[in-house]
Amino acid sequence: MKNSLIILLFFAAGTITGISGRVSHLPAGGDASKYALYLLMLLVGISIGADSRWLRVIRAQGSRLLLLPLATILGTFSGILPAALLMGSISPAEGLAVGAGFGYYSLSSIIITGIHSEALGVTALLANMIREITPLLLAPLMVLWFGKFGPVSAAGATSMDTTLPIITAVSGKDYAIIALIHGIVLTILVPVLVTFILSV
Amino acid sequence: MIEILLLMFGGMGAGYLLRKRRKLIRGIERAITWCIFLLLFLLGVSIGRNPLIMANLPSLGTTALIISLSGVAGSLLLALLIWKTRLNKQG
Repeated sequence: MKNSLIILLFFAAGTITGISGRVSHLPAGGDASKYALYLLMLLVGISIGADSRWLRVIRAQGSRLLLLPLATILGTFSGILPAALLMGSISPAEGLAVGAGFGYYSLSSIIITGIHSEALGVTALLANMIREITPLLLAPLMVLWFGKFGPVSAAGATSMDTTLPIITAVSGKDYAIIALIHGIVLTILVPVLVTFILSV
Repeated sequence: MIEILLLMFGGMGAGYLLRKRRKLIRGIERAITWCIFLLLFLLGVSIGRNPLIMANLPSLGTTALIISLSGVAGSLLLALLIWKTRLNKQG
């Protein structure tokens, strides 16, 4: 997430390369992508397992700090479910999988592309970029209308890095730790939830 | 896609065992970043050469916007609920 711009550049460069039609021999979307995804998931797992921050947090604060991440998950899903049913252009499970990116657009779109389809992968990329941008634009209003947890919850997984400064600015310094933990918990859950939702 | 979950959980176990080897973990984190760059480039390539997806980009974007905003709205409402409960408790 820290590399937002670089990530976008890579995606844009890929799209332009694809449109130019010069790369019909590139194994995009085939087995190469699948094995790259497998490798990525293994590496992501290792980095989560080696990250002692969340273990320390849970030991020190217990389940109390998991309340807000849980609220974000339940709130996101209960917002998306009726929207998906009303729209009809996306199935409820697909909608929930996209929402389960919680703003972590790079990883969620890759996983969704790998196990579902490119079209849903692009949807996930766009939806989760919007999820990251929304609190950056609206954080002051969110605090005003929804309390100091509002921007944290809206930021999803990004509350640990890209949106942390704006959250701290509008909710106060006391909320930096809450936002950090919230973001860490959701970041860890993104690959688990996305895969799980599309597997059932 | 059970193999993806298994790979990740297996990785978490391995990561826990390797957590003291900071240099290795840092290298792995760098590899993740490059893996993501590569896969997003490849996603871009296959989107770019897929006329069906390119033609549907506006409607995919609309769906993405609605999914994203409804998710944000739902989480804001639950965040408000927790906020109110907490204020009430503090009296």
